[in-house]
Amino acid sequence: MTTVKTATRESYGNALVELYKKHDDIIVMDADLAAATKTGIFKKAYPERHIDCGIAEANMMGMAAGISTTGLVPFVSTFAMFAAGRAFEQVRNSIGYPHLNVKIGATHAGISVGEDGATHQCNEDIALMRTIPGMVIINPSDDIEARAAVTAAYDHDGPVYMRFGRLAIPVINDRADYKFELGKGVTLREGTDATIIATGLCTGASLEAAEKMAQRGLDVGVINIHTIKPIDKEIIVKAAEKTKKIITVEEHSVIGGLGGAVCEVLSENCPSTVLRIGVNDCFGHSGPATALLHEFGLDAEGIDNKVSSFLK
Amino acid sequence: MRKNIITATFNAKSGHPGGSLSAADILSYLYFEEMNVDSKAPHDENRDRFVLSKGHAAPALYSVLALKGYIPAKDLKTLRHIDSYLQGHPDMKHTPGVDMSTGSLGQGISAAVGMALSAKVQNKSFRIYAMLGDGELQEGQVWEASMFAGSHGLDNLTVVVDNNNLQIDGTVREICSPYPIGEKFRAFNFHVINIDAHDFDQIRAAFKEAKSSKGKPTAIIAKSIKGKGVSFMENAVGWHGKAPNEEQYKQAMQELEKNGEVSA
Repeated sequence: MTTVKTATRESYGNALVELYKKHDDIIVMDADLAAATKTGIFKKAYPERHIDCGIAEANMMGMAAGISTTGLVPFVSTFAMFAAGRAFEQVRNSIGYPHLNVKIGATHAGISVGEDGATHQCNEDIALMRTIPGMVIINPSDDIEARAAVTAAYDHDGPVYMRFGRLAIPVINDRADYKFELGKGVTLREGTDATIIATGLCTGASLEAAEKMAQRGLDVGVINIHTIKPIDKEIIVKAAEKTKKIITVEEHSVIGGLGGAVCEVLSENCPSTVLRIGVNDCFGHSGPATALLHEFGLDAEGIDNKVSSFLK
Repeated sequence: MRKNIITATFNAKSGHPGGSLSAADILSYLYFEEMNVDSKAPHDENRDRFVLSKGHAAPALYSVLALKGYIPAKDLKTLRHIDSYLQGHPDMKHTPGVDMSTGSLGQGISAAVGMALSAKVQNKSFRIYAMLGDGELQEGQVWEASMFAGSHGLDNLTVVVDNNNLQIDGTVREICSPYPIGEKFRAFNFHVINIDAHDFDQIRAAFKEAKSSKGKPTAIIAKSIKGKGVSFMENAVGWHGKAPNEEQYKQAMQELEKNGEVSA
């Protein structure tokens, strides 16, 4: 693990610039948040291909749907709260129902938004997007994966929801053999006592927690689920068969997100005891991102504590 | 065309005859005279596009698509049936000629604005037409879309408001008045034209004017009669989302026959 930290929203902006060099049919859209979503990086490079729709997310999603019917591939960007929350029905009816080739880059997901507080901390977007038939959901765990996700989203024919964060996080996927495969979970660490299934920025923290537990003799595996839909059933069931106990970790409500998705898979295929670590059906509040992650038990220390007492 | 609408909603035993009949003349003008479209190439990338933002007027759209040869006229009788591709609201994935799936009010105009913007970005000359209901103007998204279209001067976009003055719960004026409609679109930087939705000379002149208007999108406010052509449906609020029964069907078809309506 290197000490270089990058927010996945930054990765998104950079990846769009690289993508346009190879695929000049993309068009990037934003709703007055280009500086925050980092599509501003793309705007600087290719201003004629960046459309600022103003503070009107419902219209922006509808416009993206229309644009996608005319041979361009829109990457439409705003905060997760407004992409999945405010514009849910536009995403469902104008993009999801006709299965249009629209890529949604939703940034500022989860409580790590920090100081802006509860109105902007979206802990419900995965749950919302998961219910739309045909929607692909990617929640990358670091810079490398976020960049790969943008390319994978382009290569996929149909709507994709990409979830990015505001907080700079360490790189964890700097392996020579790293390869992003849509819908495929990645085993980051083998373990025999239990398996943590993590997503997004909680993946790095989960790895760190597993390493700490290993020092105390607890052998906990870690799986990274970057694609929440379609979910990798095989890797989840195999882990449950092997370690019996499963822990899910996500910066999202414990209702309907990764925890919900994993429980759905296991209850039908391999009934297991699952501990869901996430936001426990409550709203966030203002504060520095790292302090909030600590308070909500989503940093390495919090994950270590919860998993350790679960395994007692 | 009107006979098709009546036949389709009669056989569906549900649907929206009133708002379909008010939109019928403009739809037939668009598909037969105005738009550059070819039923043999429904996906031609340079075709003009039509978005029925008031998606509940699907029977009108299907009727004109049948008359233009996109879909077999005999299929109109399957409207809303469980095994039919003719959904209650337009479905672009399964119905040739439907350029956008619509039905949830306020959303179609945004898609139309996106198409118009895309044409500009790609330096293409195709034009976009969208039809909205007057009750639909109560949706805030309509004005988000209009603000964008007006501020970006999308002169390849023509929005038609089917101003039949009725919505499900009453007249648009008593429910939540969108009036003055023209002034609102003008304030959003649209070129505005007011016409009688059932006068083909006025319809023709309006679309000609819209095409020649540069630097602004056009809004055609088309004063229409809900249920137009069927005496007992005209201006009757109860005919928004109700199908005729057998007796009403026969009477409607007789009236339309007398007026020289053709069906596909």
